[in-house]
Amino acid sequence: MAAERAARRRWMSVLAQASGEEIEQAWQALPEQPEYRVVRRPEVGLVMVRARAGGSGAPFNLGEMTVTRCTVDLPSGMAGHGYVAGRNVRHAELAAVFDALLQDPLLTAGLEEAVIAPLEAGQRERRRQVAARSAPTRVEFFTLVRGDD
Amino acid sequence: MLAGFADPVLDAQRVFRAVLDAMAHPGRVVEVAAPESAPNPLHGAVASLCLTLVDLDTAVWLDEMAGTQETREYLQFHCGCRLVETPAAARFALIGDPAAMPALSRFDTGTDESPERSATLLVQVPSLREGRGRRLAGPGIASEVRLEAIGLPAGFWHGLRDNHALFPRGVDVLLAAERHVAALPRTTSVSD
Repeated sequence: MAAERAARRRWMSVLAQASGEEIEQAWQALPEQPEYRVVRRPEVGLVMVRARAGGSGAPFNLGEMTVTRCTVDLPSGMAGHGYVAGRNVRHAELAAVFDALLQDPLLTAGLEEAVIAPLEAGQRERRRQVAARSAPTRVEFFTLVRGDD
Repeated sequence: MLAGFADPVLDAQRVFRAVLDAMAHPGRVVEVAAPESAPNPLHGAVASLCLTLVDLDTAVWLDEMAGTQETREYLQFHCGCRLVETPAAARFALIGDPAAMPALSRFDTGTDESPERSATLLVQVPSLREGRGRRLAGPGIASEVRLEAIGLPAGFWHGLRDNHALFPRGVDVLLAAERHVAALPRTTSVSD
């Protein structure tokens, strides 16, 4: 149960952090688009993001962010949820469909390989590039030496 | 999982308007929009009332008949509400089997300082009919209105009389059958 939950959390996160175009491409690339029913139409709302200073301080409200959510279910009865940042309703809907599909034990491995792994690799690469771009601008204060001997 | 309203905002507004109308005219049977399908064993009107009135700030109590797994999941998903175990803790109570419902006095009747913090009962009955049955009088009724609700035990009407006497405290009752709703607020007195 805990392992399943962790796996689902991971793919939901990957689906949410992918761009709308990437999700759309992954959807078009499926051998056949499965049928699904929308239980809760995509809706845009605000969520309050809470944070702790330094990761351990008292919680405070960092700010609100726009989130779009959607819930679908498949003829098999599997329900999927999509929560994505921003107001791209199509992205939220497809993320929910993928979430539902990924919960089907027969499809998990195939979709993992065809959809989740490439998206995750792309996201990791983007993060690396950002980190690489910002690394040279870092100032290492502790390497400064005083001018007088 | 069942879908809720086709248009959550507008449908809820329409139902809310209809409930206002019913509350302002006790005993009047109004028709409400209903979602395509309701969780077993709820009627469309009861599901509509829940989708409209219940949200994450309201504690809901379900009687044994209404408290199916399907209803619980439906309410938690669409309304995000808290489900409570005792009638006294509930803001809204959903009663699927009126014949076995607890006495009205077991629900929260509010306080004299804040009578509005009382419970509202959503009672599902097999059918509602205007023009015959119990005679109602009180604010919102010009002369008299008659309302027949099949399936309500005699004890319910006695309880309603005691509830009326508690004014300004007391619970408000919404009766629902199929796609129809009628209100029996605490201000209404019942005879016959």
